[in-house]
Amino acid sequence: MSRERPESPAPLGVRRPSIRRRAWNGMLTLLCYTAALLVILPLALILWHVVRLGLPALSPAFFLNLPKPVGESGGGMVNAIVGTGLMVMMGTLLSVPIGVGAGLYLAEHGNGRFGTLVRTTADVLAGVPSIVIGVAAYGLVVIPMGRFSGLAGGVALALIMLPTIVRSTEEVVRLVPRSYREAALALGAPRWRVIQEVVLPAAAPAVATVVLLALARAAGETAPLLFTALGSRFWSVAIDRPMASLPVYIYDYARAPYDDWNRQAWTAALVLLMLVTVVSALVRFTTRRIPRP
Amino acid sequence: MGHTRGGDRAYERERLDRGASSERSIPGAPPPESRSGATRQIGIAVRELDLFYGSLQALKHITLEVPARSVTAIIGPSGCGKSTLLRTFNRMNDLIAGVRTSGQVLIGGRDVLGRDIDVVELRRRVGMVFQRPNPFPKTIFANVAFGLRLLGLRNRVDVEFRVEQALRKAALWDEVKDRLDRSALQLSGGQQQRLCIARCLAVEPEVMLMDEPASALDPSATSRIEELVLELKRAYTIVVVTHNMQQAARISDRTAFMLNGELIEMDETAHIFTSPKQKLTEDYITGRFG
Repeated sequence: MSRERPESPAPLGVRRPSIRRRAWNGMLTLLCYTAALLVILPLALILWHVVRLGLPALSPAFFLNLPKPVGESGGGMVNAIVGTGLMVMMGTLLSVPIGVGAGLYLAEHGNGRFGTLVRTTADVLAGVPSIVIGVAAYGLVVIPMGRFSGLAGGVALALIMLPTIVRSTEEVVRLVPRSYREAALALGAPRWRVIQEVVLPAAAPAVATVVLLALARAAGETAPLLFTALGSRFWSVAIDRPMASLPVYIYDYARAPYDDWNRQAWTAALVLLMLVTVVSALVRFTTRRIPRP
Repeated sequence: MGHTRGGDRAYERERLDRGASSERSIPGAPPPESRSGATRQIGIAVRELDLFYGSLQALKHITLEVPARSVTAIIGPSGCGKSTLLRTFNRMNDLIAGVRTSGQVLIGGRDVLGRDIDVVELRRRVGMVFQRPNPFPKTIFANVAFGLRLLGLRNRVDVEFRVEQALRKAALWDEVKDRLDRSALQLSGGQQQRLCIARCLAVEPEVMLMDEPASALDPSATSRIEELVLELKRAYTIVVVTHNMQQAARISDRTAFMLNGELIEMDETAHIFTSPKQKLTEDYITGRFG
């Protein structure tokens, strides 16, 4: 309007911000972008590197074949892919019911002394180095069983996942608005039904994300598997026997003095990344549905 | 007599005495319209009610009567205890740790503050609508059906019938009948509040408590809620907390004025607003404080 009638004085004494302010604005905005970029950069570099070095040896054979003996080229890591899948699944099955249950307890009832104890324990467990978790699983499962096993690996991974799931579940359940709980209670819902039918569904997508993050971390763990699942160069799906896994293969192959093995280590890293990405995409896809009755 | 309630212990008790509550099973009950009027003749009588939050006394010797099938408004400045009083009627205060009460709140002749009261059952009979619309993040249908499923109603046709009834009573049916499977959160604020009322009506409470039900709504949504309240009072005993005195004057039959945890005056709404007996009431309604 003022453009058509330039003669009319500006009704308010409001002008453009000063140069100084605009300069500051620009500078700080730039800083924020730079910081954001710096966060992305390491991930981008890792991805680029893994893809560049891992792609050449990536072939259907990698997913279908067992490792070849030293000296023979080719071969795959199907045993490690399946082994990682099995152990992560065991870890998830063991840690999710306990972890989500404990997280719900902490969020809904955990204001007393016992809640504090559980919370502190989970925090301490989260801070335990993963190699020590491996030792614990060794003592808990390997020694009584008398041998290394996929089950021991699964237990170790469960111990890795548990504290993250507990504390993060607590956080996301606490984010469910109090008004939902009040509404349900005011309708005459007993508390367990409030949790089952209102709180948990409302928190479900966030809980799924929590589990996924824990799972992704567990899938990449090497240390706890070294002396629990040990590793295997053969087809290994019996959970009471040593079991192959991708991280352990990466560890072994990356240290080996053979170029072929080193290349396969990169490919294994790439496959591990892809697996985690696929699972992540699947879970996000399934939890982003509209609410159903 | 005094009852001490911590948050969690109360729940344990709720569970223990649910056994006796099953006679109010909805399956097979006649539809709401045909229910006898007698069950609706439920008023509230508060006797010498004290309530403490820790050492802070929030309600002081409240004694009042809420007649059945009428609208009673509770007015007063913020923090005067009106919401607290309302929340003793369905024991929502149990959720707050460190709340102690003494005295009696008789609903349909029973002291609902007593230890032998099934709080879950109480809350089904004494429904509540909150200040902010709080539909569940579920579909419109699932919101209204929630209470029915709590009652154990599983028959799809039955549930659908009751959901429609409740939505009609809440004057929302025509607006949502084509999108019952959409998320309730997509509705406008006023529609959400009517949905919450429908959700409450679906379980056929005898008493409805409304805690500033229109204060988060725009004027036209507010007037729809007010019309609805006037409509509903033919079948329900309604208690409305409001800080809007015009609203109290428009919709209520009786009005209680509270200040600092005390009931200053309660009378026919017309009397309260035209010839209050207490100086404090007069000062408040003429805007001299509060």
